[in-house]
Amino acid sequence: MEVLISLAKVIFAFVIVLQLTLVLLWVERKGSALIQDRVGANRANLFGGLLPFNLGIVNTWMADPLKLFHKEDIVPADADRFLHWLAPWIAIFPLFVTFTVIPFGDVLIAGGYTINLQGADLNLGILYVLAMLSMAVYGVIVGGWASNSRYAFLGGVRGSAQMVSYEIAMGLSLVSVVLTFGTLDFQEIARAQGDLLFGVFPAWGFFYQPLALLIFFIAGMAESKRAPFDLPEAESELVAGFYTEYSGSKQSVFMMADFVEVAIVAGLVTTLFFGGWQVPWLYRDGFHFPGGFHVFVPSLLVTVLQVLSFLVKLFLFCWLQILIRWSLPRLRYDQLMDLGWKRLLPLSLANVAITAVFVLLFDGKTVW
Amino acid sequence: MLNPYVALLMSFALCALVATIMVCASWILGPKHPTKTKLEIFETGNPPLGSLRGMRFPVKFYLTAILFIVFDIEVVFMYPWAVIFRQLGWAGLAEMAVFVAVLTVGLAYVWRVGALEWE
Repeated sequence: MEVLISLAKVIFAFVIVLQLTLVLLWVERKGSALIQDRVGANRANLFGGLLPFNLGIVNTWMADPLKLFHKEDIVPADADRFLHWLAPWIAIFPLFVTFTVIPFGDVLIAGGYTINLQGADLNLGILYVLAMLSMAVYGVIVGGWASNSRYAFLGGVRGSAQMVSYEIAMGLSLVSVVLTFGTLDFQEIARAQGDLLFGVFPAWGFFYQPLALLIFFIAGMAESKRAPFDLPEAESELVAGFYTEYSGSKQSVFMMADFVEVAIVAGLVTTLFFGGWQVPWLYRDGFHFPGGFHVFVPSLLVTVLQVLSFLVKLFLFCWLQILIRWSLPRLRYDQLMDLGWKRLLPLSLANVAITAVFVLLFDGKTVW
Repeated sequence: MLNPYVALLMSFALCALVATIMVCASWILGPKHPTKTKLEIFETGNPPLGSLRGMRFPVKFYLTAILFIVFDIEVVFMYPWAVIFRQLGWAGLAEMAVFVAVLTVGLAYVWRVGALEWE
């Protein structure tokens, strides 16, 4: 039974990330159209326009993957066939498994079981996530190398240098989060954010670590290799960067990896800085509003509300990333490296030092 | 309570399966009509200039990778420290301050000699 419950949780976490990725594809198409004052995907319909609304979402959800999977798989004659196959696999696999440790709810109490709503409740979740996100660099560098093409290779080296540079700032900003909460466990971090500040505000992470939030979000966007950090695949300079020589499903896997990364960054920002599944003032037996007002909510409904809260926050941060992507122009490579090494790295080091002193002076929780 | 790593293993198996299916889908489902031009690498329409093996690339990328290793190991050292920081107290802060100070001098040096400059 326990094995089945675990399997169900793992599948649920995986389905969240898979479906979110496909929905994001559509949101990106429609969202970019909205931002650029276009209409966007509006042609898909059934039986020659029978339906009064268009099926754009169904199109990107089902027709696009199907179409891409039926394209010819072209491997250049000079390419290393095995590495050419391995690159997209290794780009997406670590990202898929990352989402397993992000909690999507508190606990579900049903049938005598108290189920922790997290794919795998590791007690060193943050380390695991960092390890897996580092693996994604191999997808870029192997893809660039295996294609045996100049554009791909340039994209590959650019991408790997960019990703490793921002990983340091990302890791350091998470160190200050760990200092604040004193644990590497995502579920414990999410639970700790259920406290109240001054007895009024929910004690979400961004009250304690606003600078870490900023650094983490920027570094996370750089890791996902999308504009304004899309130098590894800069289409006006490098054709398509490290996946120039890819076609069909392999190419779509690389595209999808970007979106999975967006979802992961949104998930981490939600969990570490915005309370994860927390709904303000909602506890296991209902709402406790400041001022002593109490509304009873059944336990099952509380769980549903918390999962919904997590999904809504997750989606908001995905949307924020898409908004940034379509609003800002691409950085130049020296600006990119300057931002990573000369701004974010010293800033995050300073943030760790300040956090450490604050934790010792005020025990972190009572900073305000 | 089931060991969480069992769940992790299940996740690995599931994701590996889906990733493999997705990567191989075109190879299984797609048409296969390779021609000589199609299998050439893309160089904006010009005939390719030959293999990439042995081609040189700017050493700056290599330097960045080396710097990354130095600073990433620093970050890895900081995680266990951060978890038990409240028990270590001021002594722990002082020890980490010495360690980070050495690396900060390193960063200042690297910055000064221009290893972080890209033109």
